[in-house]
Amino acid sequence: MRRLANNLPFWGLLPAWALMGFALILPILIIAAVSVATRGSHGGFTWDFNPAGYAQILFNEGWSGELEFTPQYLIIIGRTFLLAGATTALCLIFALPVAWYISRQTPGMRAILVYLVTLPFWVSMILRVYAWMIILGKDGPLPRFLETFGLAPGTSFMFNDGATLVAMVYTCMPLMVLPIYASIEKLDLTLIEASHDLHGNRFTTFRRVILPLTAPGIVSGAILVFVPALGAVLEPVLMGGGKQMMMGSLIQLQFGGGRNWPFGAAIAMVLMGLVMLFLIVTALRAARRTAGMEARA
Amino acid sequence: MSRSHDVKRYPGFGWLTLVFFVWLYLPLMVVVVYSFNANRIAGVWTGFSLDWYASALKNQALMNALKTSVTVALIATAVATSVALMAALAIIRGKNVRFRRLSETVVNLPLLLPEIVLAVASLILFSLVGLQNGLLKLILAHSAFCTPFAFLPIRARLQGMSLDFEEASADLYAGRWTTFRRVTLPLIFPGVFSGAMLAFLISMDDFITSNMLASGGTTTLPVYIFSLIRSGTTPELNAIGTLMILASLILATAALLVARRGTKP
Repeated sequence: MRRLANNLPFWGLLPAWALMGFALILPILIIAAVSVATRGSHGGFTWDFNPAGYAQILFNEGWSGELEFTPQYLIIIGRTFLLAGATTALCLIFALPVAWYISRQTPGMRAILVYLVTLPFWVSMILRVYAWMIILGKDGPLPRFLETFGLAPGTSFMFNDGATLVAMVYTCMPLMVLPIYASIEKLDLTLIEASHDLHGNRFTTFRRVILPLTAPGIVSGAILVFVPALGAVLEPVLMGGGKQMMMGSLIQLQFGGGRNWPFGAAIAMVLMGLVMLFLIVTALRAARRTAGMEARA
Repeated sequence: MSRSHDVKRYPGFGWLTLVFFVWLYLPLMVVVVYSFNANRIAGVWTGFSLDWYASALKNQALMNALKTSVTVALIATAVATSVALMAALAIIRGKNVRFRRLSETVVNLPLLLPEIVLAVASLILFSLVGLQNGLLKLILAHSAFCTPFAFLPIRARLQGMSLDFEEASADLYAGRWTTFRRVTLPLIFPGVFSGAMLAFLISMDDFITSNMLASGGTTTLPVYIFSLIRSGTTPELNAIGTLMILASLILATAALLVARRGTKP
């Protein structure tokens, strides 16, 4: 047993490091290098240092080579943040009461309801987005339903930011409900009774007792939703149409039809940087919160 | 303050939960219902028909895509689960592990990065290395991003397990391999199974990476579905979707039952 325990860390971790090193860390270093490489004439790139990829995010090269400020890519970055933020907020607003209600059921009922929350998550993501394409699409059930009541005749519900948001909230929801449910389930219910005994009403109790105690679940739910939402590709491509791009679909385009690898790599670096920044800030705030709670206790 | 009702219940949450579940399942029901539509235009209902199932099952391109997906998912699951199991054993059971935190972060790295970044990064890497085999490219990339999904349940299971059984086995002169095979593995099996199921699911479901790496002959099921959606929604697509939803329900229920049996004794 002792010999096993001594050699185990190295040999056990070797495959993980090898796989991640080759398929993840190395490619990310390469993408960082490509983001400052020169664009090839037929896609691809050549290894000459050139920050044009980053410059292109803000500037457009005019006819005579001068740089003009263009907001089109900043708009895409802004839309990405707005939609990811809105997705996280909407998921949170619906997940809290649902998770709370589930936690108040009998153990058997709880297991069934949690199973029902996870079930759609097993269904292919592309199908879940496609389902909303049918519902909102031309001749779909929703436009037809509204039309029978004479509401919004001829309105197109597809190919706008709202359609993208609907699909994003739908695909991300289980990722928010489950961690919040897990932290509500661990909640000490006597604290709620104590709050009411001290004449706290439902709202005060919710704000001052339930919310702080379920914060870890809310934070992990927010990370699980916000990070993939920032990198969303399928939702903007299928629901938003070609014009309403997000960073994910913009990157994909640069490696497909658009064919500007260094620019795509630069956008990918920006996206990765923003995600890392968000994760680090969240981790630091969580650490400070725990430190604060321990100090108070 | 009224004590006539439970303060831990909030009025209206029950109705909200009901609306939530309807909203969660209605879109899937729409796909199922429309798959029985006789009309060629997916949105217009004319009559009940099973024709689209027949044409879906006869669709050779669909079957090829399914075969590619299952092949990639099975191999990637085996690789990811083995790598994750070894890493979890090393991180939880190893003594004086150097770089323990760093190793854990590296294993979980795919969860921390947007998938599109990883997809683009592997595309550039494979084109630089000159890797031509499309299937191998998919398997490598899928193995990497499936590993954390296999790792987390195994780690959780290992962490919750006492060392007593393994020590007892060693006391009874069992070698380390026998101890692993007869004691450790059966005890952590539910974790390994959930991890493998998750890895398989994530691989089968992947669109972003597979689409980026797709070349002739390596179209996976989601990439094929995407191309169908792009060429216009058809009732056949709804039939395919319904079959996929059915397969997902069966897999999910099987996974739940096995995981439950593991936690009972």
